Amino acid sequence: MDILLYLIPIALTLGLVGLAGFLWTLRHNQYDDLEGAAHRILLDDDEDEMSHPN
Amino acid sequence: MATEAVSTGKTGSCCEVTLCKQCGTETSGKADFCCPGCEAAFAAASILENQAAYSLLAHDNEDGSYTLSLGVEGIHCASCIRLIENALAAEPDVSGARVNMSTERLTVTWAGARERGDVLGGIVTKLGYKLHALNDNESASHSQERTLLRAIAVSGFAAANMMLISIGLWSTGAETMGVATKELFHWISALIALPTVIYAGQPFFRSAYAVLKEKHTNMDVPISLAVILACVMSVSETLRHGDHVYFDSAVMLLFFLLIGRYLDARAKGKARESASKLLSRLLGVATVLEDGKVTQVPIKELRQGVLVLVATGESIPADGIVERGASAVDMSLITGETVPEAVKEGSDVFAGTVNLSAPLQVRVSKASEKSLLSEIVKLMETSEQGRAKYVRLADKAARLYTPVVHAMGALTFLGWWLLVSAPWQESLLHAVTVLIITCPCALGLAVPVVQVLASGKLMRAGVLLKSGDALEKLTGIDTVVFDKTGTLTVGHPELKQHDAGQDDFALAASLAAHSKHPLARALRDAFGGTVHSLEPVEVPGHGMEASLDGKTVRLGSRAWCGGAPDGDDAVLELWLAVDGEPKARFQFADQLRTDARETVAALKARGLEIHLLSGDRAPVAKEIGAALGIDHVRAEVKPAGKCDYLAALKQKGRTVMMVGDGLNDAPALSAAAVSMSPSSAMDITQNTADVVFQGDQLAPVLVAYDHAVFSTRLVKQNFALAAIYNVIAIPAAVLGYVTPLVAAVAMSGSSLVVILNAFRLNLRKNG
Repeated sequence: MDILLYLIPIALTLGLVGLAGFLWTLRHNQYDDLEGAAHRILLDDDEDEMSHPN
Repeated sequence: MATEAVSTGKTGSCCEVTLCKQCGTETSGKADFCCPGCEAAFAAASILENQAAYSLLAHDNEDGSYTLSLGVEGIHCASCIRLIENALAAEPDVSGARVNMSTERLTVTWAGARERGDVLGGIVTKLGYKLHALNDNESASHSQERTLLRAIAVSGFAAANMMLISIGLWSTGAETMGVATKELFHWISALIALPTVIYAGQPFFRSAYAVLKEKHTNMDVPISLAVILACVMSVSETLRHGDHVYFDSAVMLLFFLLIGRYLDARAKGKARESASKLLSRLLGVATVLEDGKVTQVPIKELRQGVLVLVATGESIPADGIVERGASAVDMSLITGETVPEAVKEGSDVFAGTVNLSAPLQVRVSKASEKSLLSEIVKLMETSEQGRAKYVRLADKAARLYTPVVHAMGALTFLGWWLLVSAPWQESLLHAVTVLIITCPCALGLAVPVVQVLASGKLMRAGVLLKSGDALEKLTGIDTVVFDKTGTLTVGHPELKQHDAGQDDFALAASLAAHSKHPLARALRDAFGGTVHSLEPVEVPGHGMEASLDGKTVRLGSRAWCGGAPDGDDAVLELWLAVDGEPKARFQFADQLRTDARETVAALKARGLEIHLLSGDRAPVAKEIGAALGIDHVRAEVKPAGKCDYLAALKQKGRTVMMVGDGLNDAPALSAAAVSMSPSSAMDITQNTADVVFQGDQLAPVLVAYDHAVFSTRLVKQNFALAAIYNVIAIPAAVLGYVTPLVAAVAMSGSSLVVILNAFRLNLRKNG
């Protein structure tokens, strides 16, 4: 059963990484405008940068 | 928040001569302008100056930059987002511009002077998007949702990881797993569970503490008690090397309940979102004319007796009397009628209505907080308070549930201790198990899951549920009261018949194309062909005039076009005249929604009593009532009258659903037990309504009702399932047969059954 000594911490760490990731996205307002995000993917960023250098 | 005084033009107040405010030439008599053209140009300039408002609304940040949040109207797609953001980002001092499409908000941050906000606002307005001020009170519900979401994430993480460990504990007996391993597992569980419970349980603990302080109880009290007791007991069992470790149950319980709570909060938050949209109209600024000077004054600081300038397309800031100018005013906000009313000097105008065709000068007769608009809002709030008494099914269940369960726990303890003479630790263990296993997990999910599925399904059918208890309340109704204009009818006039030849029709449409008047729009929409290019002028209160091949062409009212009076001025019509000779007559009518008749019949077939309540004249209302088969018709009703009518129905013991769209319906909507409005309705009306439906059809009313009846049945079934579960689980717990495995299986099992039952909603056909 020694394997548990590795597996449990690994499982917990992986879970924590996922949790931290979720909380990070939450803190950075990534769920505030789901509708807008769905549309923004259609925007061509390169073209934007050319026409508006700043 | 100082307002800026912008001086344009001079007046010779000391002597008899008055100078035009726009061009400075002498005017005849005491007029402010030398000609209508100057007046219009002046009004246009004052619209531009209106941008001064935006900078007043900006917040200053710590680093000296300013942030401005404004509501934007008219964002439809990605290009809108890009257009606005790029236009703002192209300004060198703008450090951030972000459009939120879901909430229709624009947030822009810039370094430098506060006044830059005016220019930035102007950039967006020039792109064709309307901006409006925001009431900033939406953040509270937003942060609550966020807290819940974080708690779900934490408890979800904990529940998944503990399950990993718990399955190990459940699936191996004492012969395969050593005592040390088991202890290790218990400790790891405790390590995960305790911080999770402390963090994720807070929404429940806080709410429970708050109601206990008021000496009341709600569902959160048994939940908090069960979770806390489960943890305390599990810690003590772990210390005593026992088996009754319920950490996994406690965390799973929190996870499930938090999901239910989050779904609930989302539904409520959405309902609140549009809450302040209409009042935000009153947050802007008005252009005030004082001693020949033009100043920007926040609307709420307008006093009685000041003179305000209202440009074309602007909404009138306060109730008042027209002092100069003639125009058409869109009164739909107040009356619900879409055909503009002609106003001239001496006419009364009301706050929130929109000036359509020519600039007006309005003498304010009531300060903004006393305006008709504010009165209606107040009337609405009063009615709303009466409605708050409604008790949701879930709360009723909770009231019944808590004392029963707690008494059961106490009896279990006493029973084991006194009757069976078990040691007090063991008696307490059984009592706590009872409390844990009866924890209202299924009850907590029974309503929100049905709610979310039903609202999702209704949304696809074009029906938006605005309040969480809308479905429940819909089920109880026995009377439906419809407003006429905009509810049973489409709400905008359509061309019904005309006697024009093809050429005249084309001519009329060409003139109409230049007007914003609803009848003109209807005429243009009805005409499919190509139009002449004309340069017509709008003659306020009369119509459009242009010259074509040396002839004067007019499109407008009967009298102006030389039509013979026939005594019936109630008909919606436009006349076409060439050189004073009437050529053609166009008649319009507000069309019934295509399926109004079927829907009314279907509602009647479900045993509901249908009423028609209209602000319109009696013959029109009667005609529509007869066409639709509505027996109870009441016409010429004022907003307060609508409230009284509903109150009278209530007195008779009726539970009423009100369907309406105008601002004049808003108080009645909030007085009704439950209310619906079409999405074409005013913001505030939609906001008051429990349910909003989209499209040109009335069928959604029926769909919503049917769904409501079915989902309430599902909710009740879910409560029954939860009760059955308890009938089995409680005796098992009382008798001491429950182990952590049984508790986990029983609790998640009951939750799953409830969720699966709710999904039956999706199996149903139609919509």
